[in-house]
Amino acid sequence: MKKVHPDASSALAGLLKDGMTVMAGGFGLCGIPDVLIAAIRESGAKDLTVISNNAGVDGIGLGVLLETRQIRKMISSYVGENKLFAQQYLAGELEIEFNPQGTLAERIRAGGAGIPAFFTKTGYGTAIAEGKETRQFNGENYVMETGLWADLAVIHAWKGDTEGNLVYRKTARNFNPMMATAATATVAQVENLVQPGEIDPDHIITPGIFVKRLIHTPNAAKHIEQRTVRKRAA
Amino acid sequence: MAWTREQMAQRAAKELQDGFYVNLGIGIPTLVSNYIPDGMTVQLQSENGMLGMGPFPFEGEEDPDLINAGKQTVTELPTTSFFSSSDSFAMVRGGHINLSILGAMQVAQNGDLANWMIPGKMVKGMGGAMDLVAGVKKVVVVMEHVARNKDGSVDAKLLKECTLPLTGTRVVDLVITDLGVFAIDKKGSAGMRLIELADGVSEDEIRAKTEADFTVDLGGGARKAA
Repeated sequence: MKKVHPDASSALAGLLKDGMTVMAGGFGLCGIPDVLIAAIRESGAKDLTVISNNAGVDGIGLGVLLETRQIRKMISSYVGENKLFAQQYLAGELEIEFNPQGTLAERIRAGGAGIPAFFTKTGYGTAIAEGKETRQFNGENYVMETGLWADLAVIHAWKGDTEGNLVYRKTARNFNPMMATAATATVAQVENLVQPGEIDPDHIITPGIFVKRLIHTPNAAKHIEQRTVRKRAA
Repeated sequence: MAWTREQMAQRAAKELQDGFYVNLGIGIPTLVSNYIPDGMTVQLQSENGMLGMGPFPFEGEEDPDLINAGKQTVTELPTTSFFSSSDSFAMVRGGHINLSILGAMQVAQNGDLANWMIPGKMVKGMGGAMDLVAGVKKVVVVMEHVARNKDGSVDAKLLKECTLPLTGTRVVDLVITDLGVFAIDKKGSAGMRLIELADGVSEDEIRAKTEADFTVDLGGGARKAA
């Protein structure tokens, strides 16, 4: 069974449909599966529910799916950086479900691990807890949050072998490893494609069992959202 | 004279202890990293998935794969580790982070915090703030004492009860403003105590700019504010 596909549209063939739920890895523009997102745009699949910490910026990342109005609902923790997002949201064309960032990460981890729900202190007594079950453990108040599962997860990794074993680089790891585990089909874009055995098994972060298909994207552009630097001492 | 942003950050840095793992929010809290005392080891956590955060890179050495929770380019240190966002929030939720320093719109005298949304305005989301205040052992707020409105009027930010949607209930331990420092008994019923005044600031000025009830405990015994 060959997991490696020649390009993004081939890797996503048969996996896309209107109204589906898609997880997209990344934090801000760091570690986003932009090549796979571009292929979702080309496919025209619409009414998508997208689970992603952020919603890209105008013209980059998930921003390209907002341009084509393919996203109906976002499940995110922070969406500040996108004018188009604000426009569509204020016009009532786009639904948003905010999750605290740690709750979002854990809902995905739980979903992938077959855990339907868990309790967290996060958000107790706030609007986030409204309508949710609460319970006391050892005198502390907790909110019940449910696990998340998607039809498709698209993720970015630094290195992958043809078996789908993945390694991430620096803070580009973020949500990618959990999302890999929490979807009916996970498709990864990898900057470096290697043969099995070339990655030290002790260093593999995402084992290949979680990855259905992958593509090699050696030249995918990387973007910096907030370029901050310091001066060299004279 | 009220404290400057730098002085507020310097005061917040006094809450650091050797060996602490600390999460700093954006704005004034970020400045605290400039005042870690010499010889003290403090590891900064960035909730997107990094521990041991270094300073901004030199120009030309920015790495798109190396950013902090504010999406700013940062650098590695010899102590750095990277991990997933779920491991990151296991550190936060699991009580492994010693100290969180963050900004606020409002703080109530019982430790309630509001810092993520203003009804009627575009809501950007809470990011990791709710997780941090619920999970980190000690939560320090650094903020301006009052909010200045466009028409020149001011609103108190230290309140009996928050009027904005909450980020967390009974979560704040200490509030550092440009006028002074307040301790909050977030688990008990002792409420809020004024424990320090900024240079040249009087109790009367603070009382005039504070809606919350507080006692005064400036080194001596506590006494009730009139």
